[in-house]
Amino acid sequence: MELAHPVTEVPTIQARPRMALIVLVAVVASALLGILVGAVDLSIGSVLAELADRVPGVEVDSGLSERESAILWQIRIPRVVLAGLVGGMLAMAGAAFQGVFRNPLADPYLLGVAAGAGLGATLAIAYLPDQAGGIVSPLPLAAFAGAVLGVAITYILGRSATRSRSTATLILAGVAVAAFLTATQTFIQQQNTDTFREVFAWILGALGTVGWQEVVLILPYVVVSGAALILHRRLLDVMAVGDEEAESLGVPSTRVRLAVVAAATLGTAAAVAVSGLIGFVGIIVPHAIRLVLGSSYRLILPLSLGFGAAFLILADLIARSVLSPAEIPIGVVTAFFGAPFFLFVLSRARKA
Amino acid sequence: MRDLRLSDVSVAYNGRKVIDGVDISVPALSWVALIGPNGAGKSTLLKAVTGLVDHTGTIEIGGRDSAGMSRRLLSQMVAFLPQRPVLPEGMTVAEYVAIGRTPYIPHWGTESVEDRDVVVRVLTRLGLDDLGLREIDTLSGGETQRVVLARALAQESQILLLDEPTSALDVGHQQQVLELIDELRLEQGLTVLAAVHDLTLAGQFADRLVLLDHGEVVSDGSAEEVLTEARIERHYGARVRVLAGDDGTGRPSVLPVRAPAGRKRVVVGDSSQEQPG
Repeated sequence: MELAHPVTEVPTIQARPRMALIVLVAVVASALLGILVGAVDLSIGSVLAELADRVPGVEVDSGLSERESAILWQIRIPRVVLAGLVGGMLAMAGAAFQGVFRNPLADPYLLGVAAGAGLGATLAIAYLPDQAGGIVSPLPLAAFAGAVLGVAITYILGRSATRSRSTATLILAGVAVAAFLTATQTFIQQQNTDTFREVFAWILGALGTVGWQEVVLILPYVVVSGAALILHRRLLDVMAVGDEEAESLGVPSTRVRLAVVAAATLGTAAAVAVSGLIGFVGIIVPHAIRLVLGSSYRLILPLSLGFGAAFLILADLIARSVLSPAEIPIGVVTAFFGAPFFLFVLSRARKA
Repeated sequence: MRDLRLSDVSVAYNGRKVIDGVDISVPALSWVALIGPNGAGKSTLLKAVTGLVDHTGTIEIGGRDSAGMSRRLLSQMVAFLPQRPVLPEGMTVAEYVAIGRTPYIPHWGTESVEDRDVVVRVLTRLGLDDLGLREIDTLSGGETQRVVLARALAQESQILLLDEPTSALDVGHQQQVLELIDELRLEQGLTVLAAVHDLTLAGQFADRLVLLDHGEVVSDGSAEEVLTEARIERHYGARVRVLAGDDGTGRPSVLPVRAPAGRKRVVVGDSSQEQPG
């Protein structure tokens, strides 16, 4: 007897090559836009020639002046790459948190990353010597440490508060820890009103780059964290049936959760350290993918990386060009355009 | 072929014993039904066998103490279906059934061709081939129960632990699901230990009934032996009439009977079971 068509597709994710192509086009197109648009006009032909020239064995004269070439290589491209890495990381970490906590609103920010990093950054801005002199700026380091500490405290308190398997406890602990850290941060900020502007700008997020320094700083974290999360893609699907059933299938759910939380937190902390608190990406990108393409993390994780990157590259483009030469905080852009877009996807999916 | 033997098994939550010195033997290929009032410890006992709650005493699976088994090995030998399985929103039937292959897939790996073959075979066997791409949270109650059973079958363990597999179904679907379980048991050589709410159905399908009350085995035997009016009144606080099986099988039926007007219900044990009216 011939099997009915749907079963033969089981349980591979369908149309994977097509999705890979779409996400690739989205990333390349947004990256090109990000590179081309700016105060100084760079033509697409000369940019492509300049890029081709870097390929070993190829020599093309792009016709760009030395200044234009510097703008391209030291300002535009590092910024686009940074936006891509930060966006991809935030989206993928959000997706992973939602999976491992089985909660659509979970993301690293909610469990202490945002409040911890905010406190760390405020402390650094208020009390540490001016960053201009040193080689390594203390601000990203303090933000990174605060973010990791925030989640660690949440995790330890949330786990010891109850022996039950409820993930809701962990999220509640996160809310409480975040409230406490934010209160501390606000208090310190009030004591140091002269740094108010600086702190506020950092909290709203910015992708101002100094050459490739920030990219080099976060790249290892994104690679390691991304690889660890991708490794857990099938386990995240299994975790969707709950801790108890996952364990009855041989999955050590507590250990898996810890591994995923650790990986996603480190990656997010690194992203936050160089870009400030860019909100909303970790929630809307994975959910938009979920609503349109399904709930399997084998699809959601890699696509979040790609679409998160494209989304933030475009958001950054808007942030720096709308009021050029002034910049809008990128967190304002992600929410201003992200929220309506997300509501649109939400209403479409409900009708379907 | 695997049998299941529990010797002096106890489970305590926060120092309070909810299972107390239970001995149950489930021979290979047999179907034993766990019955007992709410809170008697049926679910807890099934979870202890699955390794989801800690126990004292010994649980032997195919002659091996389960305490020495890894979680993974245990999950290859025992499949457990909880009373209310979590049905993840948006997950397709095929994806859900494939989750049953987890005990055979390396920690960070994905399904092999063989795993997919098993999924296809199970879906076909249970007549679910057309539902493979349907989202699991859009199915009817009867379909859902078959899909959940399919996941347990994909686990290819020889011992099946079921916690009230029919509690959410109407009488027709209850019968269908239990008949399906019985068919699969004979066809695939499964050993079944199931908590069953409905006493008549438990008696109709199981080879043996084990009556639990307050965490202890209070009766163990054939349906005819276990299901007596006096015993059901004592342990359930229920007024019933037990009709002897008239089909030559000796499997009785249990009928609840309304108390005569003005007479108070007999309430035994947990007062929360008292129902108004």
